[in-house]
Amino acid sequence: MTTLDDIIGRSQDNSLFARIRSHQVFWVFTAAVLACLALTLLTDTFATDRNLFNVARNFAFVAIIAIGMTAVIASGGIDLSVGSSVVLSAMVISVAMSSGLPFWFSAILALGAALSVGLVNGILVAYAGMPAFVVTLGTLSAARSLAMVLSDNKMIWEFGPDHDVLLWIGGGSTFGLPHPLFVVIALTIVMSLVFKWTRWGQHLFAIGGNENAAVLTGIPVKRLKVSIYMFSAFTAGLAGILMAGWLGSVTTNLGQAMELTVIAAAVIGGANLAGGEGTALGAIVGALLIEVIRNSLILLGISTFWQGMFIGTFIIVAVAFDRFRNFRK
Amino acid sequence: MPRLSIKGISKNFGAIQALSNVSLSIEPGEVLGLMGDNGAGKSTLVKIIAGNFQPSTGQLAVDDTKVVFHKPLDAQREGIEMVYQDLALSDNLSAASNVFLGREPLKRLGPFTYIDYSSMNRVSAELFKQLKSETRPRDKVRKMSGGQRQAVAIARTLLSEPKIVMMDEPTAAISVRQVAEVLDLIRRLSDRGISVILISHRMPDIFSVANTIAVLRRGQLVCSKRADQSSPEEVTGLITGAIETA
Repeated sequence: MTTLDDIIGRSQDNSLFARIRSHQVFWVFTAAVLACLALTLLTDTFATDRNLFNVARNFAFVAIIAIGMTAVIASGGIDLSVGSSVVLSAMVISVAMSSGLPFWFSAILALGAALSVGLVNGILVAYAGMPAFVVTLGTLSAARSLAMVLSDNKMIWEFGPDHDVLLWIGGGSTFGLPHPLFVVIALTIVMSLVFKWTRWGQHLFAIGGNENAAVLTGIPVKRLKVSIYMFSAFTAGLAGILMAGWLGSVTTNLGQAMELTVIAAAVIGGANLAGGEGTALGAIVGALLIEVIRNSLILLGISTFWQGMFIGTFIIVAVAFDRFRNFRK
Repeated sequence: MPRLSIKGISKNFGAIQALSNVSLSIEPGEVLGLMGDNGAGKSTLVKIIAGNFQPSTGQLAVDDTKVVFHKPLDAQREGIEMVYQDLALSDNLSAASNVFLGREPLKRLGPFTYIDYSSMNRVSAELFKQLKSETRPRDKVRKMSGGQRQAVAIARTLLSEPKIVMMDEPTAAISVRQVAEVLDLIRRLSDRGISVILISHRMPDIFSVANTIAVLRRGQLVCSKRADQSSPEEVTGLITGAIETA
């Protein structure tokens, strides 16, 4: 005889493994690990310090922005302007630094420029009620154009008195790990906690799940949406600064089409474009998988023209997989 | 002393008279079944009580004190809660998260505040137990039955210790067994002294839980009487207009 208390108190998933298995991240992570293992066996170039260092650094930029993108997607929106926010941020910091300003002040200016793109996106989406796709498509075009105006479409490779600081921050390493990777790890930990344990995080997922319900329960949906787009732009701005330091030079085609890779990473990592689902960990695992695929094709000597085919297939497989799993239930 | 009294409420939208001179009262713990055809003015009346609309003329009083609602929050402050037809739940969140949505309890840890999930789960479990509903606080709402979803939506209103709960078609589009569950939930509310205004098209549901039946036809109140002195036949006649008034 089970009492009401037993039923109410019973947890839905009994074993820890069953719970882990139900996440898309788990399967994507498994795929990434399998790919790494296969590459270690098939090539003698993959598991070298140099190559792993490069993989870790290359995926970091996409991963940072994918976390911001996950927030936007989980709230039921989309942000196509991140690639342009990257170049705007990178261009602002290079122009500011080459005019003699110190790194920290220039970094604040760069983040401010990116945040204002996010602010515009957020206000137009939340208060003017315009579709996120269209608004961010507009700012995608506008922000890159601003970067061109700012730099007169020239390459910048001299960053004034703090030149070495910028290069160290974006391209240096500590304890053998590239600096952007530290940013990824910190951001993942912080945002995993924020998504789960703060009202901001919970309300973000509530908006993505049922925006009407969120409005009726008195959640400040509009203000929250603005902050979500600003967060996404912030991650893009951060990546822009790091990329400027890594590359040592900034051109206006930096971050071109990056938004598509970022969205791919978020979606492969379990973010649901219908809203309401996504994790920070998923975003970085998705970004990691894309980079491992890219890297492996190069190491295996397969033409880079095939990259898009592999990544595209994986996006569709990841989403199809999720569909079938829900369908079975 | 009536919990809620409505005196001479009229509402017009431009030339359309949605409600004319409606007067009603409801006692603590009473279940009022509000019936009427589509467009009879049920939703308008409920929205006036919930603070979504303001009446063109007439007055509302809660516990014999005159009240004026400019927005839904004003009505909520007076203890009037609304359970919406689509239930306004986020499918991707747990039952407990939905119950506390927008009112999550916070805990402090040094400079940080975080959501107190354990107290949310505990309080939600307690509310579900009071409602005698087999709903688990940690389960995602997506996987729940219509009756359980209704329990979540009602538990949310109970958080604020309401005086009056209004429910819009709570038994539409759910299975027979779940209908019984929802009607039980309504009885639990009534047992706790909460007045319930129930809008429904389903005659058997109304007659099984309602103490009083009110029928609106083309914006006018054509009947307001005890359920045990009426019959489904009479109410049907009143709704369609076959019977003028009762």
